[in-house]
Amino acid sequence: MKVEQISIFLENKSGRLAEVAAVLAGAGINIRALSLADTTDFGILRLIVNDTGKAKQILKDNGFTVGRTEVIAVEVPDRPGGLAHILGVMKDQGINVEYMYAFVQRSGGNAVIIFRFDEIEKAIAALQKAGVVILKGEEVYAL
Amino acid sequence: MIWNEEFETLPREALEALQLKRLKNLVERVYAAVPYYRKKMEEAGVRPGDIRELKDLRRLPFTTKEDLRLNYPFGLFAVPFEKVVRIHASSGTTGKPTVVGYTKSDIDSWAELMARTLSCGGAHKGDIVHNAYGYGLFTGGLGAHYGAERLGAAVIPISGGNSKRQIMIMQDFGSTVLMCTPSYALNLADVMKDMNVDPKTLKLRVGLFGAEPWSEKMREEIEKRLNISAIDIFGLSEVMGPGVASECIEEKHGLHVFEDFFIPEIINPETGEPLPPGERGELVFTTLTKEAFPVIRYRTKDLSRLIPEPCRCGRTFYRMERITGRTDDMLIIRGVNVFPSQIEHVLMSIEGVEPHYQIIVDREGALDIVEVQVEVSEEIFSDEVKVLETLARRIEREIKDLLGISCKIKLVEPKTIQRSEGKAKRVIDNRKL
Ligand SMILES: [Zn+2]
Repeated sequence: MKVEQISIFLENKSGRLAEVAAVLAGAGINIRALSLADTTDFGILRLIVNDTGKAKQILKDNGFTVGRTEVIAVEVPDRPGGLAHILGVMKDQGINVEYMYAFVQRSGGNAVIIFRFDEIEKAIAALQKAGVVILKGEEVYAL
Repeated sequence: MIWNEEFETLPREALEALQLKRLKNLVERVYAAVPYYRKKMEEAGVRPGDIRELKDLRRLPFTTKEDLRLNYPFGLFAVPFEKVVRIHASSGTTGKPTVVGYTKSDIDSWAELMARTLSCGGAHKGDIVHNAYGYGLFTGGLGAHYGAERLGAAVIPISGGNSKRQIMIMQDFGSTVLMCTPSYALNLADVMKDMNVDPKTLKLRVGLFGAEPWSEKMREEIEKRLNISAIDIFGLSEVMGPGVASECIEEKHGLHVFEDFFIPEIINPETGEPLPPGERGELVFTTLTKEAFPVIRYRTKDLSRLIPEPCRCGRTFYRMERITGRTDDMLIIRGVNVFPSQIEHVLMSIEGVEPHYQIIVDREGALDIVEVQVEVSEEIFSDEVKVLETLARRIEREIKDLLGISCKIKLVEPKTIQRSEGKAKRVIDNRKL
């Protein structure tokens, strides 16, 4: 049910994002989804890739600080209220969404959104109970 | 083990008698041979015959870096030039270097002092000494080298630089004792990590680190990461080079000053008044035996204090506390005295924070702005912005609590702060004062 995400610490210097992309491209790694959270001083780049272990190692070898986190990928029906429903479930359960971002690829016509929750197990249980489709890791890496 | 039992355990009274005898001889020699010193003594109204007791030392004028500069290169040498067998120089931060000379007998004393230092730190005959201090004009490399040979150890004169090769040689040759600057020791630990070399597979047992100030926290870091015992050694080229003082492996608390060769004093840096043992101030040295380049009451600008209490290693020499800063790298920020070592202490007390940092001081209008750059290690990194921001605010708060100054913490990528293979540059002061 969980998807592995890598995160990379970036200083706000021009060209660093391009370097990450170049390092991954050089190792033949595909980026499936990405989001960049930034402050005035630094940024955190979060990536879903087709080979998490290899991506982490190659980035470390190139001097980046890299972390690994578990997130979940949820199919959101492509109609008004699709996202509101999911967020409503979380609110009712008192689960915090740390951050979320959209996947580029769609899954059978539906949008895919990555969620980082503070209580991942509880979130999975609540979403499943509410009938929300959660994608498996292998499905996501191959999208 | 004590290298020279006879001198290193002299009862205080006998030691002071020896110091007085040597001091009288020094003042006579210098007065006769160096016009510049003679003139300074005359101006201060003191003649060699006035030195009757040890406490008469305070009647002699200080020697400063400025005196050395004015006499560049050989003006303070106290022997005819044909007796000089070695010349070293330390790089001056501005302009000309400071030049020092040694006679054959000086080189011999220096080897004795460094053999004592190595022995004090737990090295012995049969050790393989990996000497990564720079060889050249800098006194570190050759000073340590001669001492290790005198000790009966095998020296690898590897000098500084090319860390990967250094680690390969440590592995292949089985180095047991490491000598380098403490920041270079951390650099070696970084490179070992990159090379996937486990320090536990090396034969290194002890490291003798000096030539730059470091902290107790940095010692813990080095000991943990290199799996060795880390010893602080002290020296400066104007006085001898390495071999002026050393921690003993038994206590690792304070550095025994080899007092049969040097008299240490602690003075108030503003008034020049000598302070009683135990009080903190500027460290001043007088060389008792040096022939080619003796110094009288040389002001080091290093801050320390003397520890007169006996040490369980059996040496009777006073210890000097590890250098806690320099009178001249003390930063005055919004009127507050700040030493980089204090900021380092705060950083290293926080779990996971790397000892790699840099302090940048700027002035905006009339206000001093301090930014401390800290490298983000894997231990403290998070995928959540708020976790990193909370950490930065926490460091800011702790610095404010300890030092009373506000600063901004900037988190930076690993290895963006320059890793020197020599001395670490901790402070960049951009203020135009
Ligand atoms: Zn001792």
